[in-house]
Amino acid sequence: MTLDWRIGGVALGLVFLLAVTLVKPIGVSTQFVILDGIIGDAVNAELVTKTEEGYTSTNAYLAKSNGKYAKNVANPLNYSFVFVVAMAIGAAVSAKLRGGIDKAERAVPEVWRANFGDSAAKRYGAAFIGGFIVLFGARLAGGCTSGHMMSGLMQTALSGYIFTLGAFAAAIPTAIYMYRKG
Amino acid sequence: MTIFLALILGAAFGAVLDRIGATNPNVAIRMLNLTNLNLAKTIILAIGVGSVLMFGGQMLGLVDVAHMSVKAAYAGVFVGGLLLGTGWAIAGYCPGTGVGAAASGRKDALFFIAGGLLGAAAYMVAYPSIKATGLLNAIAGGKVTLGTIPGAKYEGLTALPGDVLGIVLGLVFIAVAFLLPTNLRAGKAPAGAQATPAE
Repeated sequence: MTLDWRIGGVALGLVFLLAVTLVKPIGVSTQFVILDGIIGDAVNAELVTKTEEGYTSTNAYLAKSNGKYAKNVANPLNYSFVFVVAMAIGAAVSAKLRGGIDKAERAVPEVWRANFGDSAAKRYGAAFIGGFIVLFGARLAGGCTSGHMMSGLMQTALSGYIFTLGAFAAAIPTAIYMYRKG
Repeated sequence: MTIFLALILGAAFGAVLDRIGATNPNVAIRMLNLTNLNLAKTIILAIGVGSVLMFGGQMLGLVDVAHMSVKAAYAGVFVGGLLLGTGWAIAGYCPGTGVGAAASGRKDALFFIAGGLLGAAAYMVAYPSIKATGLLNAIAGGKVTLGTIPGAKYEGLTALPGDVLGIVLGLVFIAVAFLLPTNLRAGKAPAGAQATPAE
């Protein structure tokens, strides 16, 4: 059962407030890069290396800003990475407590089913492509719905407004075009 | 201590995302095709509540201004936003909600995460050539807020008092959340919805 938007909105706002009060604003998409780095470094130990000042990488993106990302790849037990792992646990426990998600819905959500049928393979393919575009876009933008839209708009960041404008300018027409059936 | 806070705050965030329906792709898609805006109302209210309390807390000295973290503005923010929006509509997931959905048992979200890891890796490889295009060059001062926030390390786009402006804008967000209709496409039922009476 979805919470009434008034209760849900206050609860979500309080989580964002607590995060910025106690530590820093919430963000998620950078951790996809950190996990890529961890996997990459496990395959090729040359990817991230320790230097006298900290960490660096053969990948220019991981090495940027004085190896800020390289450092987090080398030390996954940092605030931002643990935050995302804990977020997954919190969502899993909450979903379990409200009775879980039924089997058919787990593979193909009902709105997808209404428009594109029961094929799980088709849905998985679309989710994969969607994921690729979302994370490539998030990294180009320097943040996602959490970091740019929620945390950004809350702090009156100009970048948050630019991002939100771009995201909805594409998302609304795409969703209206793709999901027509009720 | 920060790891403990990461566990508590992360778990709270994940649980709330689940309870507001954000990790449910049906809810996200019905928001984006404008047939059920309850999630939009939730998010807009959250931004408003967060903003009013954060800036109010700063003015009272309860919230440390130094904890703010403002991201840079550059053309790529808009282009990246367009891409993210497209993928969000296709999949019904964004990075945080996709991870939450996969953890709550949605198998399609695992494919979203796999695609996301590949997309992030593609960006890591493409980064030097994207940087060379100038898409990442700061515009309008880069890391700026709309007003000038007392004690913040970020410049203001205008000289307006940033904390007061933050509270005013927060109140505007709250008002918009209440004024926004639940369905912007009159006569069209939410896609794939069961026949439930309107609230």
